[in-house]
Amino acid sequence: MSIHLLRRILESLLILLGISIVTFLLLYLLPADPARQIAGRSATVQTVENIREQLGLNLPLYQQYWHYLSNLLQGDLGRSYLQKTEVSELIAARLPATLLLMAGAIVCELVIGLALGVISALWRNSRTDRVLTVVSFTSVSAPQFVIGILLLYVFAVKLHWAPIGGYGTFAHLVLPALTLGILGAGWYARMMRSSMIDVLEKDYVRTARSKGLSRSRILFRHVIPNAILPIIAMIGIDIGMFMSGIVVVESVFSWPGIGQLAWQAIQRVDIPIIMGVTLVSACAIVIGNLLADLVAPLVDPRIRVR
Amino acid sequence: MSREALSVQEAASESRSPGVFRQLLERPGSAFGLVLIAAIVICALTASYITPYDPNDQPFDGLTIEGAPIAPNAEHWMGTDLLGRDLLSRLIVGAQTSLIIGVVANGLSAILGTLVGVTAGYFGGLSAVVLMRFTDLMMAFPALLLAIVLAAIFEPSLWIVAMVIAMVNWVQMARVVYTETRSLTERDFIQAQISMGSGPLRVLFRHVLPHLLSSIVVFSTLGISTTVLLEATLSYLGVGVQPPTPSWGNIIFENQTYFSSAPWLVFIPGVAILLMALAFNLVGDALRDILDPTLKGRHG
Repeated sequence: MSIHLLRRILESLLILLGISIVTFLLLYLLPADPARQIAGRSATVQTVENIREQLGLNLPLYQQYWHYLSNLLQGDLGRSYLQKTEVSELIAARLPATLLLMAGAIVCELVIGLALGVISALWRNSRTDRVLTVVSFTSVSAPQFVIGILLLYVFAVKLHWAPIGGYGTFAHLVLPALTLGILGAGWYARMMRSSMIDVLEKDYVRTARSKGLSRSRILFRHVIPNAILPIIAMIGIDIGMFMSGIVVVESVFSWPGIGQLAWQAIQRVDIPIIMGVTLVSACAIVIGNLLADLVAPLVDPRIRVR
Repeated sequence: MSREALSVQEAASESRSPGVFRQLLERPGSAFGLVLIAAIVICALTASYITPYDPNDQPFDGLTIEGAPIAPNAEHWMGTDLLGRDLLSRLIVGAQTSLIIGVVANGLSAILGTLVGVTAGYFGGLSAVVLMRFTDLMMAFPALLLAIVLAAIFEPSLWIVAMVIAMVNWVQMARVVYTETRSLTERDFIQAQISMGSGPLRVLFRHVLPHLLSSIVVFSTLGISTTVLLEATLSYLGVGVQPPTPSWGNIIFENQTYFSSAPWLVFIPGVAILLMALAFNLVGDALRDILDPTLKGRHG
């Protein structure tokens, strides 16, 4: 176990190193000249040259990368071209809002997804099951920005049940969290359905039935806990899905997290911010996958590590 | 020679099991999906004949006196957009955009993914380590953000957007093809071919690829749905297909400020995107049930 743990951590570190190389190369490939962008439009050739020298842009590629990596390791993600602030500070200031949104989304997708999955499995092949299958198919096929705008239109504009966007109270959180969670809920519903069906056919469930236990006791003590185990480990993997979703959801609901930061940076082509958010998200995905791998055997002893 | 004939026959029977199309039509979900896909394809192919108005024309009477978009009526079945252009006409032309990107992006990513997966799976060794680690690396990038960065590097146009999506989406295919190629390569009939002295290209094209065909078809179909959603999202964020070329995503992007007073401008294209993604998801999922050898336990 500890060797496996060590290997997975080492692998993750290598992937992170690879990610830093790819991000660096992407930055390097960009047609926009950072020195010119920082200097502004009216700068003289000399000023641009000076800035280039300051940033080390005239050094050979591998030295520039080394410079970039050592800065990264110290938590320095570079400076925003337009806001003239450290990217790491901008991200750190907005990270709590994003984490809150993600936590809300996880709750939404688990509650909705697991509930629908259980209902589908218990009434397998009934009309309810078929309707729920259509619902979960639709939810994984719907573009998130359309769901977001639809929820805003119905619950904020028409019904006035929720604020039209922003941040602060619990009411602000509901719609964005729901939007971000619906996609995952569709996946969870389908996974929970097949996991439940698997468990329902197990011998220990038949034993429980033949012992004369009540239906609800079998369901809540034996079936659901066992069916949930393989699914809980998937939450780590969701982080990757959320990382793409937050850009859209936060811009629809003007939620002040790193997704909105990235979206504003897209509009102004502020590359260091986009890169910073990409790097932070990639790290989150790697860590999420690592957690999923490590947590799975803990919550579900049936998964034995080779 | 007879052995070779046998394995080719086996390959043919596995990848083209008879009546796949009929089986798709017999399932209500995939039949619905097929009908939708057919409708979208017909719209896209005949766009220049069936659009009631010029999709880029901004007629004098295209807006209300106050300058707001016109709600759906007998003349403009789906209303007009913020510039007074006919929404139905733009949607029909937008179907072309979505389909072109869906097919081109997905074709490219299928080719790229298959190439990487087969190379790593068949040759193994160092090439597998390098290629599959690179695939892991690409998987760790959030797809949307990577696509945004790539779209910022290249000026976004229809073809560039398709390429960007392909560069992000090949990873899944590479994974699937790699796993299948590896297990195929260990099977007797492939080993027999190799020991009989067949060159790698011959083994790959005559014996390995035919077995991979069904997985490639399944994941390409499901991939179109991912592609359609990603294109719509990129266009919605303003880094996808650029106006005036209509795409379902950029129609929403252009009109979203009107969403409370003219909701049809957002929801009609939104439903179009949903239906297209749903159609390919339904057909892909049914194809997986029908074709996927791992689900039917053919590999034992």
